Amino acid sequence: MVAFILRRLGILGVILFGSSFILYNLAAISGDPLSDLRLSNDPNRDFLIASLTRELQLDVPPPARYFLWLKGVLGIFVGQPNFGMSRDGSTVAHSLALAIPVTIRLVLAATIFAIVLGIAIGIVTALRQYSRFDYSMTFVSFLMFSLPVFWVAVLLKEYLAISFNNFLRDPKVPLTFILGIGLFSAVFWASVIGGTKKKFWATFAIAGGSAAALITLFSLTKWFLNPSLGPIVIGALAIGIAFGVTQLSVGLINKAALKASLTMAGVVFLAYFPANWVFDNHPGSLSVFGIYSVIIAIAVFVALTYSKIDRGPIVRTAVLTAFISTGLLVVDKFMQTWKPYMETDAINYRPVPTIGQRSDLLDTSDWWLSSLDVVTHLFLPTLALTLISFAGYIRYSRGTLLEVLNQDYIRTARAKGLTERTVIMRHAFRNTMIPLTTIMVVDFAGVIGGALITESVFGWSGMGTLFRQGLLGYDLNLLMGVFFITASLSVIANLVADLLYSALDPRIRVGTGA
Amino acid sequence: MISKKKNTHDASASTSGENAIANKEVEGLSQGQIVRRRFFRHRAAVFSLGTIIFITVFVFTALDFRFLGIWHVKGWWKWSPQDLPELRFGDCPNDTIGCPTISFRPKFLGGNGIGLGDHPFGQDDIGRDFFALVMKGTQRSLSVMIVIGALGATIGTVVGAISGFYRGKVDAILMRFTDFIITIPAIIIGSVVGFHFGNLGAMFLAFYLGLFAWTGLSRLVRGEFLTLREREFVDAARVAGASNRRIIFKHILPNAVGVIIVSVTLLMSGAILLETALSYIGFGVVEPDVSLGLLINKYQDSFTTRPWLFWYPGLFIISIALSINFIGDGLRDAFDPRQRRRISKKERQESATARKLAQAND
Repeated sequence: MVAFILRRLGILGVILFGSSFILYNLAAISGDPLSDLRLSNDPNRDFLIASLTRELQLDVPPPARYFLWLKGVLGIFVGQPNFGMSRDGSTVAHSLALAIPVTIRLVLAATIFAIVLGIAIGIVTALRQYSRFDYSMTFVSFLMFSLPVFWVAVLLKEYLAISFNNFLRDPKVPLTFILGIGLFSAVFWASVIGGTKKKFWATFAIAGGSAAALITLFSLTKWFLNPSLGPIVIGALAIGIAFGVTQLSVGLINKAALKASLTMAGVVFLAYFPANWVFDNHPGSLSVFGIYSVIIAIAVFVALTYSKIDRGPIVRTAVLTAFISTGLLVVDKFMQTWKPYMETDAINYRPVPTIGQRSDLLDTSDWWLSSLDVVTHLFLPTLALTLISFAGYIRYSRGTLLEVLNQDYIRTARAKGLTERTVIMRHAFRNTMIPLTTIMVVDFAGVIGGALITESVFGWSGMGTLFRQGLLGYDLNLLMGVFFITASLSVIANLVADLLYSALDPRIRVGTGA
Repeated sequence: MISKKKNTHDASASTSGENAIANKEVEGLSQGQIVRRRFFRHRAAVFSLGTIIFITVFVFTALDFRFLGIWHVKGWWKWSPQDLPELRFGDCPNDTIGCPTISFRPKFLGGNGIGLGDHPFGQDDIGRDFFALVMKGTQRSLSVMIVIGALGATIGTVVGAISGFYRGKVDAILMRFTDFIITIPAIIIGSVVGFHFGNLGAMFLAFYLGLFAWTGLSRLVRGEFLTLREREFVDAARVAGASNRRIIFKHILPNAVGVIIVSVTLLMSGAILLETALSYIGFGVVEPDVSLGLLINKYQDSFTTRPWLFWYPGLFIISIALSINFIGDGLRDAFDPRQRRRISKKERQESATARKLAQAND
């Protein structure tokens, strides 16, 4: 195995060398970095040309210059990588260091949302195959699949961001909207839960009524101007999460797990005021991380206390419950920041931006304010990317699960008399995840490399922007820097996918014969 | 999930009946006939097939068509993308210029009657007919899509099949070659080629994008071949003395064809999005040529005042990509040998009655 990985890494090195060599020379012959200088009428034109030539070593022919570049990059192994200078005089490493976090921020949330949502919906559609829900989700996913991101982005900017900002001036939800949301929620939940006709209509009424009532309440209390959850709602939601997670993870029949999860819901409820104190007095990502670690540590402890045998699943359940419910605390804190955020001069009651990665005018001294600013700027790009990429996950997970449900071991599991939950979650779902995992890994690397369009639509300056800049300005070092990162990521992701596949599926052998 | 239990019991109880129905249906039919039947039963797919054929014919006959300078067919639409008719002023809402004349509201409802008018999709900044521009752009997108799809499918399937079937050294070399291709961004090749040879047009763009679009498909096909070659029926065929060629084409490929078809349709709908996206950011089809992505890029800022310049190109992109996806879905269902269509209640009852009758006769 180790030999296999080492050999693959060696081959990857050769591949990267080959493609970067070809790319470097292709890019070098594609254009002259000095062309715009040659055409200028600047009196010190010759001096500028000479200095740029010296700086970028343009007097060396491209194939030889490649090795100078390579020598700098190989410094990565001794801890001193040198990606060279870009045309505007800054080092490429510096530009990359600024751009990489931006791109990751742009795609990370969207990818996670897309994966979670896509797999969840995909599984429900597979379980309700040929139902009306299945057909409508199939249609929706195909529609999403067919949307160009730049087109969606313009629509989202116009219809979501700008009209939401206008709506916040006087946050009264119109009646048609309330009815619409109610109807949507009713149809959605009733089709997801399904069951007999009576149950269907009961779900329909409850889901529709509660959604409409909730929106009306929000509208009447002007919740959108000053949103918050508060300890009571958090407590109630946490109990709901505890039941949900337990049901999906081990089944409600496992009393120890249920007790541990409910205790964790209680712990999160009790942690509301202490956590807020910490958030207020020590703002920063460290305190969020600290709260998380403390609550998860408690979760492990609680689970171990309640359980005697078969501890793993119970710990898992409790930790998952704690993790999701603690998220509510953070969300609540962000909601509390919403009002002061809107009141700042930089925002002035128009909180959803259509372009850019942060408000330049905003005072960044308050950590919560500036984090909320990041979140609002992420809102549209994340929504656009999620809408577009989750369709793929719906299709993949639906197809794979249907495939798995046809297998003999599922029939065996059913024949053994296992509950439907166990059959689906333990036997079918895990096997569904095998191909999905590998798709996810490759997808994520691809998304980072492919952020070019999203970045250009939303005016972010990440890797895609650098790439474009390098390409249009014949800025070799910049171009190669971006290429180096994205190419390495994609080959490594493919290697990881191969290894994961063989680790997860013993039927696939890796390292033999290759 | 819990409530599913009941349905499963239902399903397992009636399996024999469904099998009987399904088997009876395919008796004496060739594989191609079965697939065709199944495909034409998929309503959405058939509808999409109709849509795509309609769009293709509609779009390609709209403008003058020249082939190699000898064959010249006159289009049915009065303007061409090069014409510069007068800009419409005055009779547009909100004092905009060049608004669309297409109308769906009949006269008795207070509209202008159903019809296209002079400039159904409006006019661009300098007065060119936007309908003609969109037709031209859609032609580009469709041809690019087909070339990319065909090239990607061929290369991807061949590479994936060979490397999945033979494994070992061949597999290693081919897969490393795939990795190699994955790492080279198609955009760069495009810009380099464009710089050296000038703008070679949309066909060339499609050609080199196709040369880079097969990687995902080949990995998928390889995975499929790797799993299928371990299955019992392949062993059985080998024991019976079948050659590699026969095993690949007769035993494995038919089982993998669903996967291939589906990913080719995904590839094609992805291709049209890729082409428009590349043109949108300026690395694909460039002016003076017309592309849907280019049109959207050019007029996205005028969305608030003249939204039609933005809607119509997008509408064509989406309807093409959507139709292709649905066709793929229909084909997958059609090719899947385990796929059984939903048995309607009536058929189930009929088969139950038939069974009862048979039992009574015994």
